[in-house]
Amino acid sequence: MIRGLPEEEFFASGHRACAGCGAAIAMRHITKAAGRNTIVVQATGCMEVVSTPYPETAWRLPYIHGAFENTAAIASGIERALKTLGKKYNILVLGGDGATFDIGFGALSGAIERGHNFLYVCNDNGAYMNTGIQRSGATPKYAHTTTSPAGRVIPGKLEWKKPLPFIIASHRAPYVATASISEIPDLYSKIKKGLEIEGPCYVQVFSPCVPGWGIDSAKSVEVARLAVETRICPLYEIEGGILKITKDIKEPKPVEEYLKAQARFKHLSETQIKEIQAFVDGEWTRIKELEEKKCRFY
Amino acid sequence: MPEIVVEASRAMALGVKLCKPKVIPMYPITPQTHIVEALAEMINNGELQAEMIHVESEHSACSALLGAQAAGVRTFSATSSQGLALMYEILPIISGNRMPCVMAVANRALSAPISIWNDHSDAVSARDQGWIQLWVESTQEAIDTTIQLYKICEDHSVLLPGMLCLDGFTLSHVYERAIVPEQEQVDAFLPEYKPYIKLDPEKPITMGPIAFPNSFMEFKKMQHEAMLQALKVIKNVHDEFAKQFGRAYGDGLLELYRMEDAEYALMGMGTLVGTARVVVDKLREEGQKVGLIKLRSLRPFPKGELINATKNLQGLTVIDRHISLGYEGPLFSDVRSALFESDIRINNFIAGLGGRDITQKHLRKALLSLKERREGGWLL
Ligand SMILES: Cc1ncc(C[n+]2csc(CCOP(=O)(O)OP(=O)(O)O)c2C)c(N)n1
Ligand code: SF4
Ligand SMILES: [Mg+2]
Repeated sequence: MIRGLPEEEFFASGHRACAGCGAAIAMRHITKAAGRNTIVVQATGCMEVVSTPYPETAWRLPYIHGAFENTAAIASGIERALKTLGKKYNILVLGGDGATFDIGFGALSGAIERGHNFLYVCNDNGAYMNTGIQRSGATPKYAHTTTSPAGRVIPGKLEWKKPLPFIIASHRAPYVATASISEIPDLYSKIKKGLEIEGPCYVQVFSPCVPGWGIDSAKSVEVARLAVETRICPLYEIEGGILKITKDIKEPKPVEEYLKAQARFKHLSETQIKEIQAFVDGEWTRIKELEEKKCRFY
Repeated sequence: MPEIVVEASRAMALGVKLCKPKVIPMYPITPQTHIVEALAEMINNGELQAEMIHVESEHSACSALLGAQAAGVRTFSATSSQGLALMYEILPIISGNRMPCVMAVANRALSAPISIWNDHSDAVSARDQGWIQLWVESTQEAIDTTIQLYKICEDHSVLLPGMLCLDGFTLSHVYERAIVPEQEQVDAFLPEYKPYIKLDPEKPITMGPIAFPNSFMEFKKMQHEAMLQALKVIKNVHDEFAKQFGRAYGDGLLELYRMEDAEYALMGMGTLVGTARVVVDKLREEGQKVGLIKLRSLRPFPKGELINATKNLQGLTVIDRHISLGYEGPLFSDVRSALFESDIRINNFIAGLGGRDITQKHLRKALLSLKERREGGWLL
């Protein structure tokens, strides 16, 4: 329990997530922030599978799972239906990075363009974990996954991660934020804000996956914290199109510390680690510039 | 009750309006577009209190349909061909969640080669996904069946989604005379929508869980039983409609035409039945004992009613506007399996694919084929 957060649980214990699952920590605290007056729409993926084994459910909120790629569209229907009924509930849409960055991107883009009032939360664990750790558009460069294995010729995934929060912000979404399961009070207040602000809001939560990343189940929060402290996972919010860094990392740790903590990066060469460091430095500079110059996303 | 001359698509929209759906997700595709365009006009002119969601794909249209219905309101959507194909993934999710959504399908061929014209390949290919499918012949039947379909699907002993199938262009774009019921009449027939379950923070439930092998089959068995129950409900709702509105379509499942002493009969769905009526009349004038069976409900399939309707026949010719490539017409397969234990001769013609006209000459040839000891085949 983190002091200051509501004690009531809406994501009950007894679900079947792995010990140390970052996503389960995220679910627990996101639902605490959302509270009782909330309808949950969840995409197919680890969290859906572990939380709804019929006839059990971990959800103490009204909950619907439809398919993998259509949560934003289901939420659109719910939102308009509630409007005609004159009811106002939080609509909390939950998807993994595969559901969000890849297969459900069109549906999400369309729903944001239409301006539905919901909060979409992407649980970013950087791969399709539910189907056995396959590469997604959110998988970091050089990470080993089962479909981008670190081979003798090709060293894991070859592409950088899709900059989804910026893409969503460019849709004129009123509120976009990144968060991490290592910073629960920050995550909590960002979820609250995303639900309070009218219109389609987006929060991307960085959350380690024990088998997917090859980490010790006791280390998931620690690894998530390293991602923040190395600037791998910059924490910011974009409100009204203007970016603000919510946790400045003045003296970053080298990315190597983060990479070395995970089996999915164990094949990396010095050059590759340097390349990642240079990329992370570049991205941080860019984000800083966006903040300092008050650049508008729209 | 005003009688008007109206395009079937607009008539459909008028029928939908009378049922007062609250959310209408839609995505354009020919030949379904006139239905949703008419609804958009009604909404924007303040004649229909509903929300239209201009989704970015049919996949999302179907998903929004699910979401809105799950939130507790009556819904409507319409599509055709590629659009229905794109919805395919969500069709069994809607039926598996027992959501009584209603959708019109203006039937059109599936690509490739791309064709915007009518056949039945889109909806027939989706027939196993737990949606009631009612097929209509005329503008009037499209209006009347839409009103019936909401009542059938929402019946708490059914709780299944329904497709209203109307032939693209040959019906959707045709102007006919039709009676549009009054709102009070429809209100008296179709009660306000009362969801059996809904997403409600006061009473939280989990919809769409994962089922393991120890429970999945029970879900499917219950859906199947609801489908079989729908056979009764379709009939009852149809009879109630007939009593109140004065219009009937056989028993709601099958419509028989000049079958009293018929020895040979044609069977089919949709607008080809209209042409077949004329062919039957002409052959009757020539002294041939022929009749016609129109199938209204493809799913659930009225097996008992069909056995009954055909028991005095010598031959039955089934016209399919679709082919299960590598086998035969799917309607024919259904009919032959239903009549397996009877000794009627049955044959099959494939006709009207991709908008090819089905002429009186075609149907005459087909209807006389069994009497003249000819085999079925393609009506090219
Ligand atoms: C249309 C479709 N394609 C593929 C799948 C298989 N599938 C189910 S969950 C999943 C991966 C989920 O990945 P992500 O969204 O990142 O969630 P995670 O499991 O990692 O939390 C995949 C590929 C599916 N259910 N539906
Ligand atoms: S595989 Fe990863 S995301 Fe899935 S439950 Fe286990 S730790 Fe959580
Ligand atoms: Mg993932």
